[in-house]
Amino acid sequence: MYRTLKAATALLAAVWFLAVVPAEAKDKVKVGFIGPLTGGVSANGLGGRNSADLAVRLRNADLKAKYQYELVVLDDECKPNVAVQAATKMAADREIVAAATHYCSSTAIATVDVYHKFGLPVVVWGAVLPDITYRNRYPEIHRVNGTMINQNDTNAELLTKLGYKTFAVIHDTTDYGKGHNEYFSAALAKRGGKVLGTFGVGADQQDFTAELTQIKALNPEVIYFGGLTPIGVRIRAQMDKLGIKAVFDGTSGIVSDAYIQGLGPLAEGTLAFREGAPTDKLPGGKFFMGKYAAQKYDNAPEAYGAFAYAAMELILDSIEKVGPDRRKVIDDMARVKDRDSIIGKITFDDHGQNTVSLITKYVVQDGKWVVWEDSEYAAGKRKLPRQK
Amino acid sequence: MDIGLLAQYIMNGLMVGMMYALVAVGFTLFFGVLDVIQFAHGDVLTVGAFAALMTFAGLHAAGLGSGSILVIAMVVVSVFTMAGLGMVIGRYMVLPLRTAPALNTLLITLMLGTVLRESVRLFYPQGANPKPFPALLPASSISIGNFNLRLDNAMMLAAGVLVIAGVELLLNRTKLGLAIRAVAQDEETARTMGINFRAIVLIAFAVGSALAAIAGVMNGFYYNEINFGMGLYLGVVGFAAAIIGGLGSIYGAILGGFLFAALQTIGTVALPFGSAYKDVFAFAVVIILMAWRPTGLVREKISERV
Repeated sequence: MYRTLKAATALLAAVWFLAVVPAEAKDKVKVGFIGPLTGGVSANGLGGRNSADLAVRLRNADLKAKYQYELVVLDDECKPNVAVQAATKMAADREIVAAATHYCSSTAIATVDVYHKFGLPVVVWGAVLPDITYRNRYPEIHRVNGTMINQNDTNAELLTKLGYKTFAVIHDTTDYGKGHNEYFSAALAKRGGKVLGTFGVGADQQDFTAELTQIKALNPEVIYFGGLTPIGVRIRAQMDKLGIKAVFDGTSGIVSDAYIQGLGPLAEGTLAFREGAPTDKLPGGKFFMGKYAAQKYDNAPEAYGAFAYAAMELILDSIEKVGPDRRKVIDDMARVKDRDSIIGKITFDDHGQNTVSLITKYVVQDGKWVVWEDSEYAAGKRKLPRQK
Repeated sequence: MDIGLLAQYIMNGLMVGMMYALVAVGFTLFFGVLDVIQFAHGDVLTVGAFAALMTFAGLHAAGLGSGSILVIAMVVVSVFTMAGLGMVIGRYMVLPLRTAPALNTLLITLMLGTVLRESVRLFYPQGANPKPFPALLPASSISIGNFNLRLDNAMMLAAGVLVIAGVELLLNRTKLGLAIRAVAQDEETARTMGINFRAIVLIAFAVGSALAAIAGVMNGFYYNEINFGMGLYLGVVGFAAAIIGGLGSIYGAILGGFLFAALQTIGTVALPFGSAYKDVFAFAVVIILMAWRPTGLVREKISERV
C-alpha cells in the first residue's frame, strides 16, 4: 500500500512540476567579452564591458529572442601575455559561442592565433592596428571599428593644412605605438612634413624628461604622440614642466575622459583623431546613451562603448539567425553586408574588417573633447600653440 | 651640445637621482642594521604618496589650509604614517625572522610589497588609474636659453639635499645615530653595551620608511601624478643603486642613486635609439659595475676576528 502511495505521490509531483514550468524554457547561450578591466586603460575596458552587458540585457528582455544569453567577462589587463591566457580560457570553453574582444592593439594582435586555433568567432571592438585583420586571412577575426591607417592619414592632412611643418614623434614600443609611428610618418612624408626626431618609450614609463629635453633642443612645432592615455597624460604634463611650446597631437588612444581628468587645464588644445563619430552623433547614438544611462553603470561608456555594443549586437543577431554553433556563426559573419547597427551600416570585407572610413577630428576645448569642425579653433577664434 | 641643454639634462638627472638616492638610503639603512633586504620599500613609497594625496583631498574638501600649509600637512602626515608602517613591518615581519635565512625575509617583504600595491589599486577609489597630484609648489620658472629652471624643482632639490644632510647628521652626530651604527656594526657587542636592540632596529625602519614617504611626495610634486605601480620601478632602481654604492654605506647609496640617474640620461642622449633602451643601458652598466666591484663602489670597512 505504501508503495502505491509513494508512486502516486511521485507521479503527481512530476505532473505538477511539468505543468508549472513554462512550456518553452529558453536554451542558455554563453557569449564572451574581453577587455582591459584593470590597469591604466581600465576606464575604456569597463565602458566596453558595460556596453556589451547592456546589449545582452536588452536582448534577454526581448521576448522574441530565441535564447537566454549569459555574458562571460575576462580581463586582459592590456598586457599581451595575460590576453593570451584569457583568450585561451575563453576559446577553450566550448559553451562560449562568440566573443567581443580587446581594446588594446597589443593584446588583440597577440591573440588572433589563439582564436583561429580554437575556431572561436570574435569581433574586435576597440583595437586599431591594421595587422589584426590584415596580417592573416583568419575567418574567425572580425572588427567593427576602423584601423589606424585612415586615422593617421586624416591627422597628417589636418596638420599640414594648418601650416605646421616640423614634427617630433613619441610612440610607445608596443605594436600599437609602432604601428601609429609607421603610418603617421608615411602619411606625413607624402604631404611634405618633416619628422625631426622619433622617440620610442615604454608603455608604462614614468619619466620623459630626457626625451623631452632632446625634443626641446630640436624645436618642433608639433609633438605627435602614438600611444595610450596613461603616458599621454604624463608626456603632456612634463612638456609643460620643461617649458616646451608645441601642439600635442595624439591618436584614438588618448580620446578618453581620463585624459582630461588627468591633466585639467593643460589638456586644452590637444588634437586627436578617432574612427567613427562621437557617440551622440552616431545613427543609434541617442538610443544607446539613453539605454546606457538607465542601467546606472559605475563607469561611462567612454570612446569605444558604442563599438562594443555594436559588436555584441552583431554576435547576438548572428546566433539568433543560425543558432549557437561556432562554425555557423563564422559563416554568417563572413556574409555581413550593410547590417544596421547603432554605429551605422556594417560591412565586413574579405578580411573581416568593417569598411568604415569616417574619421572624426577632435580638439580639447574647455575640458571636453569637441569635434574639430564645431570648435572655436576651426573657426579661428582660438589658436593652437605656434599657429600662424 | 649647447650649455643650456646640458644644464637641462643635469637638472633632470639631479631630480631623478635625488629620488633614487632617497630610496637607496632606505634600503641601505635596513641592510646595515639587520642584514635584511626589505623589498616592500618601494611600495611603502607608493603608500606614502597616496597618504599625502588623501590628506590633500581631505583638507581641500574641508576647505582648510592653502598652499604651503597643505604641503607641510601632506609631508608630515605621509612621513609619520609611513614611519609607523615601517615600524610595523620591522616589528611583525622582519624581526621575528631574524634567525631564518635572509632569503625568507626578502621573500616575505617582496610579497608584502605586492599586497600593499594591490591594496592601493583595489581600495583607493579607481586606484587602477593614474591620479593627478596637486601642484602646490610655486610654478614660476626662469628660462636661460634652452634651460628652463623651475622654482618648484629647485625647492625640491634643496629639500632633498637637506633631508639627506639631516640623515647624515642623525647618523654621525647624535647618540641615536651612534647606537644605530653600533648595532649595524656588531649586534652582540652593541647589546652588551646596553643598547636597546629592538628599539634601535624599529627606529631605523621608521627613518628609512620616512625617507621613502618623502621620496613619494617628491615624486608626486615633480610629475604631478601618482599611480599604484610607481613604487615597483623605484624600488628596483633604488635597490640596484644601493648595491652599486655598497649596501650598508649611506654615501654609497647616495652615490649609487645619482650614478644611476646619470647612466639613464647618458643612455638617452648618447645612444641612437636611446630613449627606448635607457634602462637596458643603465642596468647593463650596473651589472658590469657589480662584476668589477661586488661589494659596491664605496669600500667596505670590516675587520673580522679570525
